[in-house]
Amino acid sequence: MAINTEYLGMPLSVNDLDIENIEYFRYCAEHNFHLQACAKCNLLRYPPTTACPWCTCLESRWVPVEAKGTVHSYGEVHHAIQQAFKDHVPYMILLVDLDTQNGEPSEHEALRVAGNLTTLDGRLAPPEMVRRVGIGTRVRMVFTDVDEGLALPQWTIDEEAEQPESPWRYPQE
Amino acid sequence: MTTGSGIDASSPKHLRDKYAIAGVGETTYTRGSGRSTRALGTWAVRNAMRDAGMQPGDIDGMLSYSGNDSTFAPFIAGDLGIRLNFYMDVHGGGSSTEALVGIAMGVIEAGLCEVVAIYRAMNGYSEVRIGGTGARSAPPVAGDQLHSRAYGWQAAGQMFSHTFMRHMYDYGTTPEQVAMVKVAHSQHASNNPKALYPKRVTVEDVVSSRFIVKPLHLLDCCVESDNATAIIVTRAERARDCPHTPALIQSVAGRVSKPRSDMHYQHGPISTVAGYYAKDILWPNAGVDPEDIDVTGSYDAFTFTALLQLEDYGFCKKGEGGEYVSGGTILLGGKRPNNTSGGHLCEGYTHGMSMVIENVRQLRGETDDFCPIGPDGKRRHTYDYSEGGCRQVKDAELTANLGWAIPGTGSAMVMRKG
Repeated sequence: MAINTEYLGMPLSVNDLDIENIEYFRYCAEHNFHLQACAKCNLLRYPPTTACPWCTCLESRWVPVEAKGTVHSYGEVHHAIQQAFKDHVPYMILLVDLDTQNGEPSEHEALRVAGNLTTLDGRLAPPEMVRRVGIGTRVRMVFTDVDEGLALPQWTIDEEAEQPESPWRYPQE
Repeated sequence: MTTGSGIDASSPKHLRDKYAIAGVGETTYTRGSGRSTRALGTWAVRNAMRDAGMQPGDIDGMLSYSGNDSTFAPFIAGDLGIRLNFYMDVHGGGSSTEALVGIAMGVIEAGLCEVVAIYRAMNGYSEVRIGGTGARSAPPVAGDQLHSRAYGWQAAGQMFSHTFMRHMYDYGTTPEQVAMVKVAHSQHASNNPKALYPKRVTVEDVVSSRFIVKPLHLLDCCVESDNATAIIVTRAERARDCPHTPALIQSVAGRVSKPRSDMHYQHGPISTVAGYYAKDILWPNAGVDPEDIDVTGSYDAFTFTALLQLEDYGFCKKGEGGEYVSGGTILLGGKRPNNTSGGHLCEGYTHGMSMVIENVRQLRGETDDFCPIGPDGKRRHTYDYSEGGCRQVKDAELTANLGWAIPGTGSAMVMRKG
């Protein structure tokens, strides 16, 4: 079933032919992160695709994936261009290396999953939380519930994990 | 014959020296053109045609690129009385100019047509803003875009920030080094009567300007402008009959991409950009290497993009881009100036074509700066690069254009003075 909804006043839609994305977000709506695993080579992939980027196999199965990882890089937006985000600056766009399959199938590859830095309940993080996060921060996935069949995967600081002494942040605050 | 780095340049390959840019033209650069993209495109193609000494009947091919924010070739051709034997309007922004030059060479070689006009017409400020504000940010976020735009990850600076930030982390690149790209290009723009932003700025001006998206300050970002640009591609022998010295095309790399072009960040190192792959096409096909190049046109949608490309195409060692752009090399009067027009940071935004036009003029020895014009109509270049002066590079023989689409995709072209 197609998704037609709104998030922060921004219209979001996934059409009913886009079965990979529908499936991906359905698992997210259950707060149960899943990725496609190739039926042939077993490699996980992100974001959802039709074929396996490593072996072209068209068959895949959805498998649960532990959604913990390390911030690989980030952007910190101080001037939002989308109306939806104007009231939430600064907001962080994180690129997170999942622990799962990191460095596979080649040294510099990883499942780099995008998301905003949010609080536990999936709200965009306040400025004091933004200032704590940088490259190297350990994070875990949380979800922003949007509608039936759709939650957005997001990232929050993993307070139980061992954190780097000071994560790498851009030199100017 | 081999070059310094051992590249075999003994036999011309891939049409090296067989094709040329014979004409260039543009509209004025404005913020608020008050004209349609059809009018702008027509104006620019007409200027390029006249620059090449051609009549409408001489041009029979046309290529354009846009993000559905332009007017397509049949209308521009119609306005100018050009009957086309070939045309194509393709989707794309930065990295398109060089790639389309390659396509133009291919279709002429294949006998589809003889002379191709390539243009980019855009109201990038007043109609469809390149930054994505206004009308562009309004449409529903659909399908695959949920993995980016739903996170406020949409504008070019936002999309590229992870590459830039990781480069600083991996190599210790500093904000002050990066700011020198803007400083250099602003100095160049101060000698360009066409430039929208001709004021010289300092490193302090850049790093104290407000943040847009870290690591980009306002002055790390290019301008949005309304304008059209055009070039004429034809066979070298035809170009020799034209009024100006031809810019002979040595090699083209077209939209070369990193793996996983659907989301290139999956494949690291993410601080490496597409030029890492494109260089292996560009330099061997041209039969030269970076040391031979006199002038570069490295795409400056942002200060960082110019730096990253110069580094990955091999103008310096990997990781030393910060030193390369801040050590004086890229300044007019330096060893290898970059974007002598002021580029997208200062002259105006054209999705790359203006930097090709600038290098064509450099190779002709005919940059349009503030130097006096002699009785023969040609400028008497002073090579005094102080503000309001010259921007012609002395004895420019070889240029390289490095076009950028995204960190994961780029195009490039080497040209030689004919």
